[in-house]
Amino acid sequence: MTDLTDLGVAAIRDGVRMGQFSAVEVADAFVVKVAQAKALNAFLVETPDHVLAAARQADAARAAGELLKPLAGVPIGMKDLFCTTGVATTAASHILEGFVPTYESTVSQNLWDAGAGMLGKLNMDQFAMGSSNETSAFGNVISPWRRGDGGNADLAPGGSSGGSAAAVSARLCPGATGTDTGGSIRQPAAFTGISGIKPTYGRCSRWGTIAFASSLDQAGPMARDVRDCAILLEAMSGFDAKDGTSLQLDVPKWEHGLSSNLSGLRVGIPKEYRIDGSPVEIDELWQRGIDWLKDAGATIVDVSLPHTKYALPAYYIIAPAEASSNLARYDGVRYGLRDLPEGAGLQDMYAATRADGFGAEVKRRILIGTYVLSAGFYDAYFTQASKIRTLIARDFERAFTQCDVILTPTAPSSAFALGEKSADPLAMYLNDVFTVPSSLAGLPAMSVPGGLDKQGLPLGLQIIGKPLDEQGVLNAGLAIEERAGFTARPSQWW
Amino acid sequence: MAVDTTTVKKIAGLARIAITDEDAARIAPELDNILGWIEQLGEVDTSGVEPMTAVIPNTLRLRDDVIDADPLTGGGKRDQLMTNAPQGDHGFFTVPKVIE
Repeated sequence: MTDLTDLGVAAIRDGVRMGQFSAVEVADAFVVKVAQAKALNAFLVETPDHVLAAARQADAARAAGELLKPLAGVPIGMKDLFCTTGVATTAASHILEGFVPTYESTVSQNLWDAGAGMLGKLNMDQFAMGSSNETSAFGNVISPWRRGDGGNADLAPGGSSGGSAAAVSARLCPGATGTDTGGSIRQPAAFTGISGIKPTYGRCSRWGTIAFASSLDQAGPMARDVRDCAILLEAMSGFDAKDGTSLQLDVPKWEHGLSSNLSGLRVGIPKEYRIDGSPVEIDELWQRGIDWLKDAGATIVDVSLPHTKYALPAYYIIAPAEASSNLARYDGVRYGLRDLPEGAGLQDMYAATRADGFGAEVKRRILIGTYVLSAGFYDAYFTQASKIRTLIARDFERAFTQCDVILTPTAPSSAFALGEKSADPLAMYLNDVFTVPSSLAGLPAMSVPGGLDKQGLPLGLQIIGKPLDEQGVLNAGLAIEERAGFTARPSQWW
Repeated sequence: MAVDTTTVKKIAGLARIAITDEDAARIAPELDNILGWIEQLGEVDTSGVEPMTAVIPNTLRLRDDVIDADPLTGGGKRDQLMTNAPQGDHGFFTVPKVIE
């Protein structure tokens, strides 16, 4: 029999429905894999009971001849940013160590309602701030990929959804949840040779998802192929009255709508995404992507997004500003860590708790945010950045009068080694140069694997769509996937 | 240098994060570097541009003006709210004495 952990979301769903294997067999197989992969440090908490309970329900429903739920029998990994009832949720920060939510996030609840089960909570960059998973308070996630140079350098799985990326890529789970504020689903997906989609802002409820930058945060799925992403996104999305920015729209049947015939589709190529000094392999990958989409029937048009170079600096005002406000809630009073030095007053308790509980990158961003929002600087920084955000969104609006989707590389390089960029915050921030603009504009965007570089590491292509056009993004992604024929996977060393 | 140690300590105070002199001295050039890079936003002419407030046009909904309109986010959850409190007493969060 095939190794059940080699199967993706659709294959598991269909196999359970048809009785080729039981949901419990699937759950058991993944539970073993997760337990054997400690070296990757992808999971912060393992929840075999949760996944087995869901599997038993699926098997019982099938035995009773009931109609199975959309994700019956599918085990998934849950990024530790989503609150899960009775299961520790920390956002990979010391300040939330020991926090056990008494409620369930809407996104995770939607997945459980669809029949999925949870293998565990996935490691990540602390409060989703980082691009390499090195800011977790509970240790780096190690990418399952290794360079082909014979060296054993530990590579970054990307971030912030690095645990999700590593786990899916290492076949510890067929799919996982991620969140994307400036590229935190797409960049790790690219680094680990998997697919991931950030939907239009407002598709997935933010309720119960630990907040980083609320005007940008969006949940989305990470899985091995486009179909699996479509299936998971359908389950995760939907209107939620508990989130004021939730879109009151029906969830399209994205899986049913999948089609890689792109005839009539116009694909925009933004010249501003060609950056000096980027590896030639990135340009070559981009060109292959263009050829694949042409082959699928699309026409290619050059477009311009003139404010692209300002997206990253604008993001590093807006996101830290929102973070400094959102993270004010961690004060040692209502939940999480409390550090009360001998004889300290209330103010000292706040300051000691936050100094002790937040990691260096989180503090850095809170300080930047506090600075740009402080009296005398607000207009020069925050208001100016918010105006530039308007201009960036307008760039996309204009481009979308000439094209239907936009194709770019996902990241400016393949995965770097752990420690390679951690000493220079700015170099780390620049890794999100291709993903941040679409986040600022709230657009759906996905990364699909496009091939390997000379070192044998995955590279991703990004498709950006019009607001609410996840279908167009998924379909272009599918066309690339079919032509890229990406079957590479990391060989197991863990 | 635009961001010096004194500024960092002032910001850290506003953000309620205790900071040592050594840490402030280490962080000052980092922040200065990042904020210096951000300065380039000043070269964009934004006259007549409205700052973005909502990325996807949406209308604010009103719920019915009733108690516990949504039981999940409604009231009556004191014990549940207290379960993660570092310190509580008689259903209240407790903090160090603030009034002498």
